[in-house]
Amino acid sequence: MRPGRWFLVAALMASVTVPAVAAEPLIADLTSHFIAITTGFTGTDVVLFGATDGTGDVIAIVRGPEHDAVVRRKSRVAGIWVNTQQMTFTGVPTYYAVYSSRPLDEIAPPQMQALHQIGLANLRLGAAEKNRSPEEINDFRAALIRERQRQGVFGDGVGRITFLGDRLFRATIPFPANLPTGEYRVEIFLVRDKAVISGQTTPLYASQAGIDADVYEFANREALLYGIIAVAGAAMAGWLASLPFRNA
Amino acid sequence: MDLYLPIAAMSLDVFLLLALGAAVGFLSGVFGVGGGFLLTPFLIFIGVPHAVAVASSANQLVGASVSGALAHWRRGNIDFQMAFVLLAGGLVGSAAGVWLFAVLRRIGQIDLAISLSYALLLGTLGALMLAESTRAILRLRKPGGPRRKLHQHIWLHGLPLKMRFRRSKLYISALLPLSLGFAVGVLSAIMGVGGGFVMIPAMIYILGMPTSVVPGTSLFQIIFVAATVTVLQAVSNGTVDVVLALVLLVGGVIGAQLGTRFGQRLRGEQLRAMLAFIVLAVAAKLLFDLTVTPPDLYSLETLGP
Repeated sequence: MRPGRWFLVAALMASVTVPAVAAEPLIADLTSHFIAITTGFTGTDVVLFGATDGTGDVIAIVRGPEHDAVVRRKSRVAGIWVNTQQMTFTGVPTYYAVYSSRPLDEIAPPQMQALHQIGLANLRLGAAEKNRSPEEINDFRAALIRERQRQGVFGDGVGRITFLGDRLFRATIPFPANLPTGEYRVEIFLVRDKAVISGQTTPLYASQAGIDADVYEFANREALLYGIIAVAGAAMAGWLASLPFRNA
Repeated sequence: MDLYLPIAAMSLDVFLLLALGAAVGFLSGVFGVGGGFLLTPFLIFIGVPHAVAVASSANQLVGASVSGALAHWRRGNIDFQMAFVLLAGGLVGSAAGVWLFAVLRRIGQIDLAISLSYALLLGTLGALMLAESTRAILRLRKPGGPRRKLHQHIWLHGLPLKMRFRRSKLYISALLPLSLGFAVGVLSAIMGVGGGFVMIPAMIYILGMPTSVVPGTSLFQIIFVAATVTVLQAVSNGTVDVVLALVLLVGGVIGAQLGTRFGQRLRGEQLRAMLAFIVLAVAAKLLFDLTVTPPDLYSLETLGP
């Protein structure tokens, strides 16, 4: 287990104001911590499972690796549509989904949802330009979320966590074929009487595997050599192709 | 069967790509042009990101033009001297083009620039070809016109730095092929094309080269321009998808051979008129896509990991 994970768990526990409870109130894990994106990858399911120490509800948030993102707005210039405005958002998760054992508003007060960024409306996205009006920032923000939803990497609603009996829970998290690569974080909260009792964070890695991963890696690290090999490969293929027709 | 393209970061049906390669290869076999100018728009139509479509087409083009140039070389139809002068301009042009490409990409206008330059160029070219082939078909109906001169001399040929091109039987200013090469180099970088469809008419009508050496010479210099563009795109934009290029190449080679056979049974003027219609249709579709109100005015780009 990586030290980073312990740090996150510790940080989460510290942020939760709860008297110490005997035994762990929440234990959760994933069936797999690694998603290999291979040539024929068409998406996969990861199961989140765990147990609580009694009653309560469970909320889980899955967040993908964070990158900056540029949202551009088109307008009509001389009859054609041209990108005329843009806004950069920093640290935007490339994947986001919420899972809950009951409707969020029944178990989590708005302050809690805002604090833990539960739900797309509470996602904190930093607009890099500060001199824009709040309405403008909201429009661009909404467009960003809309586009990510269209790509299937931002969940539309709240996924289901089902309890088996009182204490065991599970949820199936489907990941699409186009899931972004990198380090994911699954945050699991135990909620009782509208307060977070316990929390846990567990990592998940998505990475290209097999020949594609090697090609991608290589193209980024050794761009010049990659370019030269691409040319040589194509030239070779062209030459081979002309051989059978030499006497034509 | 879906194939994951590592640089485009998307899955596409391998048979669709093979068919696309074959269709473009077939057209290039029939009409004797590279076909890159049709390949890039078709890749964009099926959803490949503009930048990847352009860079991978350039890569595919290296293979296609090696294959084509070898066939012409065996028949001695390459003016190497002319090719190297064109190439000198072409290399500078492609470097300038790749730089321009990176700038346009940074300011978010690369998609527009690619679509717009395709629409304009294909529109102009299609119209010219249609007019020319219609005239040729009409001329055939009433035979017996005056015999044409080997080539016309225009004032451009008289610019300084005159050079003798033996294979092409020309004595013209080297500035002319140099700037033609430069222009085509820029086009290659921005549009992912070898520029054969600009180069060939320019060689015939502006440089006045004999028709027999034009395709071979054009293909030969395209190998090097496309190779330069591929390497520069890989380094400065990271948009060359070798898997995509190779699949297209396989389809293209098969298509080109079938196309060549088929093309020999058709009349030149009719062929050119047909090609003109295809080119105009592609231009119209690109222009239409630019003017139609997009479903979402906003678009999103994730800045590289």
